[in-house]
Amino acid sequence: MSPVDTKPSSQTEPGPPPEPRANTAAPDPWEHLRSFTRARIALGRSGASQPTRALLDFGLAHAQARDAVHTPLDAAALHAALVTAGFGPPLLAHSAAADLGRQLDPASRAALAALQAQACDVLFVIADGLSARAAQTHAVPLLQHTLPRLPPDWRIGPVLIASQARVALGDEIGALLRARQVVMLIGERPGLSSPDSLGLYLTHAPRADLTDADRNCISNVRPEGLPYAQAAHKLAYLLIGARRLGRTGVDLKDDSEAALEQAPQPPLWPTGLG
Amino acid sequence: MVAAVSKLMRNQDLILVAQKCRVISRFRNTLGLPGRMAVRLQPNHPTDDPAGIAASIVDGLMYGSGDAVIGINPASDSLSAIGSLLRLIDDLRQRYAVPTQSCVLTHVTNTLRAIDQGAPVDLVFQSVAGTQQANASFGIDLAVLREAHAAAQSLRRGTVGDNVMYFETGQGSALSAGAHHGVDQQTLEARAYAVAREFRPLLVNTVVGFIGPEYLYDGKQILRAGLEDHFCGKLLGMPMGCDICYTNHAEADQDDMDNLLTLLGVAGVHFIMGVPGADDIMLNYQSTSFHDALYVRQVLGKRRAPEFEDWLMGMGIADAQGRIAPPRAGQPLLDFAMQR
Repeated sequence: MSPVDTKPSSQTEPGPPPEPRANTAAPDPWEHLRSFTRARIALGRSGASQPTRALLDFGLAHAQARDAVHTPLDAAALHAALVTAGFGPPLLAHSAAADLGRQLDPASRAALAALQAQACDVLFVIADGLSARAAQTHAVPLLQHTLPRLPPDWRIGPVLIASQARVALGDEIGALLRARQVVMLIGERPGLSSPDSLGLYLTHAPRADLTDADRNCISNVRPEGLPYAQAAHKLAYLLIGARRLGRTGVDLKDDSEAALEQAPQPPLWPTGLG
Repeated sequence: MVAAVSKLMRNQDLILVAQKCRVISRFRNTLGLPGRMAVRLQPNHPTDDPAGIAASIVDGLMYGSGDAVIGINPASDSLSAIGSLLRLIDDLRQRYAVPTQSCVLTHVTNTLRAIDQGAPVDLVFQSVAGTQQANASFGIDLAVLREAHAAAQSLRRGTVGDNVMYFETGQGSALSAGAHHGVDQQTLEARAYAVAREFRPLLVNTVVGFIGPEYLYDGKQILRAGLEDHFCGKLLGMPMGCDICYTNHAEADQDDMDNLLTLLGVAGVHFIMGVPGADDIMLNYQSTSFHDALYVRQVLGKRRAPEFEDWLMGMGIADAQGRIAPPRAGQPLLDFAMQR
């Protein structure tokens, strides 16, 4: 097709003539494209407006997403799931709410400091963020997929469960527990179509004064989004790459898909990396 | 100064003054002409699936959206994924001779790598903020923006103009990065437009409600901030659009978006977002839909960019009044989505 040289009418009417009346909303003849995406496409229209069905669906989804925001983390259930999955008993940490989830409360800080933890190569923190359900559902399986992909000589720190947490809380936890890298597994802001999406934030040499430019993020981890195995592959690729590069952030690029094409089987790390 | 004045103005003043500002920008079409409003078609998909993205692009074009840009927020930062998405939009644009531009909204350093590898880059995207420290937290400085601006211009892909930059901003970004130096959100937002102005952008978009309730608590604050940003940007000569939006942890809903959409339409906003059903399934927030854009066009008589308007008529998608026409049998655009 090429553009057509028909010009639109240059005279502007005071108001467009009314749309022809119809008893029902007109469907779009491309409804079959819905099989390719969960996006709200081919909704149809009545005049220029959304049909009532689409409006009601949206309202229900919004209410469900609001519920997801307000559902608290069930730390006891997560604790049990971790132990059942063969991880040691997790540590608990709470944020000081006054700082909107970015700093530990004094009791948690003292407790973690008192551990005098042995240095570790990577530390995983499971955090509620804005969707406790995401952390509750996806964190343990994601860890199970990730650990076998890491170099066998890496020391993995104790898993933490953090409540009322935002991403930056991992920096303080990582510093206290002497982690070379910290990964926050945190509930992302619920969307209308995905109330349980988990985000992975990776930070090398965690300390208090870092910003988002110092991190790498893998988003939308859930079976309907980025499935566990693929997310774990990306995470291991970035962790190993960050170790080699000596930092995370904008300098660390995610070329894991190319790596997957070249070498589909783990191990991804060069021999002798320590 | 501009920010200070905005704080002395009521909503009607912000609308009245912004409506008088004329800002025109061009790449493959002409944006910002009087009585016009453009829409960014935002066909995001949580795994960057080409078939899913193509389906959303077709949906948007069939609803007459996409004259500002067809712009994808990629889920992945990987260069191979970014290259595939750029080629996807470019294939569509060339096959159907769509007079619009494409963009994959990734970090400027990724776009530079894509340009190096010969990917079809129309516009360079970057989030910018109003302090050096906040920009550093985005991993950028003015030098890298200059480099990217020069690289995109060297490709000479624009047909009616050479505005090649697409910037996004939003009140609270410096505060969020701990880089605000005690200065209020709106002053820093106006400073972000000063950064943008250096590079003669095609589009500047305040993503007003995306930042969350710690910064803009509810629908009323989002509405006020949207009007302030639009006014400040226009007064500074920016092609100012607005992602009229909110997140699910903010006290806001689609009625608040209707209010801001209508007010910004009256204020002469350069462009808005068009997201299928207003629900972004990748970024997990709510914006404005293709239907919402049609609503503004209908109640305010807002027309599309002239080149795009002609194309829609030629394709039989819209009629001479800009209304969406009854679907034509054998619409060739629908083939595109099936071939992905």
